[in-house]
Amino acid sequence: MIQASARSRCVTVTTTEEKPAVDVDDDVDLEFVEMIKKTGGPNIQNCYQCGTCSGSCPAGAFTNYLVRGIIRKALLGLKEEVISSPDLWFCTTCYACTDRCPQDVKPTDVIKAIRNVAVAEGYMLGPHQKVAAKVVEAAHAVPLDKESWQNLRVKVGLEPVPPNASGNPWAIDEIRKITKKSGFEKLIGYEEFMKAQKEKAKKKAEEKKSQKKE
Amino acid sequence: MTETQTYSFFLGCVMPNRFPNIEKSIRVVLPKIGIELEELEGASCCPAPGVIRSFSEPTWLAIASRNLALAEKAGHDIITGCNGCYGTFKEALLEVREHPDRLKEVQKVFKGLGLKYKAKAEAKHLIEVIYDIGIEELTKKVTRPLTGLKVGVHYGCHLLKPSKNRPWKQTERHTFLDELVELTGAESVSYTDKFMCCGAGGGVRGSNAPVSNDIATEKLDNMMDVGVDCVLNVCSFCHLQFEVAQAQVNKELAEKKYQMPVIYYTQLLGLAMGLEPEELGFHQHMIKTQPMLDKIPE
Repeated sequence: MIQASARSRCVTVTTTEEKPAVDVDDDVDLEFVEMIKKTGGPNIQNCYQCGTCSGSCPAGAFTNYLVRGIIRKALLGLKEEVISSPDLWFCTTCYACTDRCPQDVKPTDVIKAIRNVAVAEGYMLGPHQKVAAKVVEAAHAVPLDKESWQNLRVKVGLEPVPPNASGNPWAIDEIRKITKKSGFEKLIGYEEFMKAQKEKAKKKAEEKKSQKKE
Repeated sequence: MTETQTYSFFLGCVMPNRFPNIEKSIRVVLPKIGIELEELEGASCCPAPGVIRSFSEPTWLAIASRNLALAEKAGHDIITGCNGCYGTFKEALLEVREHPDRLKEVQKVFKGLGLKYKAKAEAKHLIEVIYDIGIEELTKKVTRPLTGLKVGVHYGCHLLKPSKNRPWKQTERHTFLDELVELTGAESVSYTDKFMCCGAGGGVRGSNAPVSNDIATEKLDNMMDVGVDCVLNVCSFCHLQFEVAQAQVNKELAEKKYQMPVIYYTQLLGLAMGLEPEELGFHQHMIKTQPMLDKIPE
């Protein structure tokens, strides 16, 4: 049994006083279900709301993330409510729900499909944009971007640069071509992000310079 | 005698770039039990099944397929030591094998890149390959039994689930990793919610550290309750999670409440095979491993 103990640092919102009830008559988008079915959640309509998913969910034990609720809302066509909710990003993709679902809904895949729709409509979290940009830039989500990481490799008796994309510019080039072709760069706003990063770094360097002068 | 088998070693991101001690232990131990590793030159991020697949499934499938295509060209199956990378490859292979139109879609993206892909190479987790050698054969390699060491085994998620696309005999309450731990002479101690997630996946570690840390410390508390000497994992991302979460929570609490050494399976096996801790990267952990090493009989 998982117990959300007093130690918990997460804020949970559960009552209608704290969070108003959803008005089901508003903003219904019946195309949403079809969209989810195409994007990776073909079995979403199998759901009969038994709640096995939420009962198996580790994220749900610590937050107000409710897989069952998200699926129900999606089936009701509450697209905006679903894709704009921060809850959508609490799933750790552990697949416990997918393994136990008696209706083969594959809730983990449904959540990922909904996330695809959310990102396409501009709901992407800052840290996620950063990770996505690193894959485009360095071909690795967690890149070898500091000398200290190379030193750490040497300290354990390995070559400073591993034989993956980090040491092979042609590989980064290939990933770049794939992410361009698949529309990924545009989707995550890669060019704009990198431009903003450069400006931020420039500003920081200037600030450091002026601080030194003082 | 164990027959030698050769695999394309897929490193991923976290292992070579943040926890090379895991990589070192794999490179040292695997050849000693008959598993030869060949470099997979130019391999990229798998890419991460919880983040990149959550942003764009088609991009995730294309990049995963590129890595599999590199192995296919080398003529080997992929071996990985990360549950996340394993999950990506297992799901990506299933997708193109069940839906030929998705394979065509990938091939279309590859056009002009000189990449050929037929989804012929398999992907294996190193634990799967090690377990296939057999407990009896592996036990013969043990020269320094880790008697008295209490281990909290953490399987992680994507090694086991979705179970329809995994090689294990059962779907819950697995024992293979406990068997692999106990052949070293150490004891795998049972604890509450042993099969629960570490809390890192799905982009939660990056975007919501408090939730991620809550899940990790719940597991660590459960292990501390039964008095284990270390947490044992088989996934570079779970490994990062347990190391980083302890450091972050200690800082938040302004006390060193969490001091649980985080050990990767090949490190433990290597120790039992008589290798020195430094050869296995024990000296480069975030949480000091000495208290656990002190428990091992000379």
